[in-house]
Amino acid sequence: MSEMEILTYPDDSLKKISEWVENIDQSILDFIHKLEATRLGGPGAVGIAAPQVGILKRIVIVDVSNMHKPVDNHGHMIMINPEISEWDGMAMGREGCLSVPDFTGNVIRAEKIKLNYLDPRGESHEIESAGFEARAIQHELDHLDGLLFLDRLVSRRTDLFKRKNYK
Amino acid sequence: MNWTVLTLVGADQPGIVSAVTEKLFRAGCQLAEASMMRLGGNFAIMLRVGHQVDQDLQQVLEPVTRRMHLHLHLDTDVDAAPHHVEPDVMITVYGADRTGIVSQVTGVLAEAGLNIIDLETAVAGTREKPIYIMTMEGNAQQGIDALRQAMDKLGDDIDVSIMPIETMRA
Ligand SMILES: [Zn+2]
Repeated sequence: MSEMEILTYPDDSLKKISEWVENIDQSILDFIHKLEATRLGGPGAVGIAAPQVGILKRIVIVDVSNMHKPVDNHGHMIMINPEISEWDGMAMGREGCLSVPDFTGNVIRAEKIKLNYLDPRGESHEIESAGFEARAIQHELDHLDGLLFLDRLVSRRTDLFKRKNYK
Repeated sequence: MNWTVLTLVGADQPGIVSAVTEKLFRAGCQLAEASMMRLGGNFAIMLRVGHQVDQDLQQVLEPVTRRMHLHLHLDTDVDAAPHHVEPDVMITVYGADRTGIVSQVTGVLAEAGLNIIDLETAVAGTREKPIYIMTMEGNAQQGIDALRQAMDKLGDDIDVSIMPIETMRA
């Protein structure tokens, strides 16, 4: 399976808004295979988004089922046109990104989310995700909107309580 | 290219960071990691700088250090690689201000295998009732449980939270 090149900042693609997938055709399915091969070829990434390989389509892959320390998860998910409909709670956590090598930083994300997406067969799913998996999903969906975790960095001294009022 | 760690300290005043970095920039230096903060009424800068082998940073910064009364210290020929060390634990300690809280806590944690990557302390509260707050990130080389057990030995007047950092990479 051929891997694609992972684009790193400041590549333009990482700052662009991806397009909705109109039609899950063979070219999309072929691309998803390559995207997954690319994720697995990298250093332990739990997710990848299409724009990270320069394809500006709303497709992400998330899989936190193989963590060293197990976390709640929905297994391996290929999400087409994912959309978060509900956010709940806040948590600070450490993130890194294949597109920003050699750096990690603290980011505040919703603790729980509800989202819907299409799988590669075109079936729609609605799931609730929390914790580490929810963080991975939010990180990936940001990529679809041209946002990097660098856009959301906070100091580790950031007071979560104070921020709760703002979301 | 050579790499030097420079430390600058002086009475806090507006414009120190821009004055220092502007001189370095104009001299063609590269800035790497930096940590800068106010310490009491002082401002302290720690900065790793890449520069030409024959370049004298003391001389480059002389107009600024003289005008702003900054003390400059140079550690020359430091390692060039930006080793990114990933912390796996975040520790917060707070208690009533008392002498030795930092040395006591870090001493116990070092014995339990903590390698500190980053540490900050602050004093809050009032002059009569100060609260000492310390946050650090590091590597728990003997695991997080070892750190927890070590902290249990300390007195009840110190509050500690030891949180694993699970980095999410995607
Ligand atoms: Zn990413």
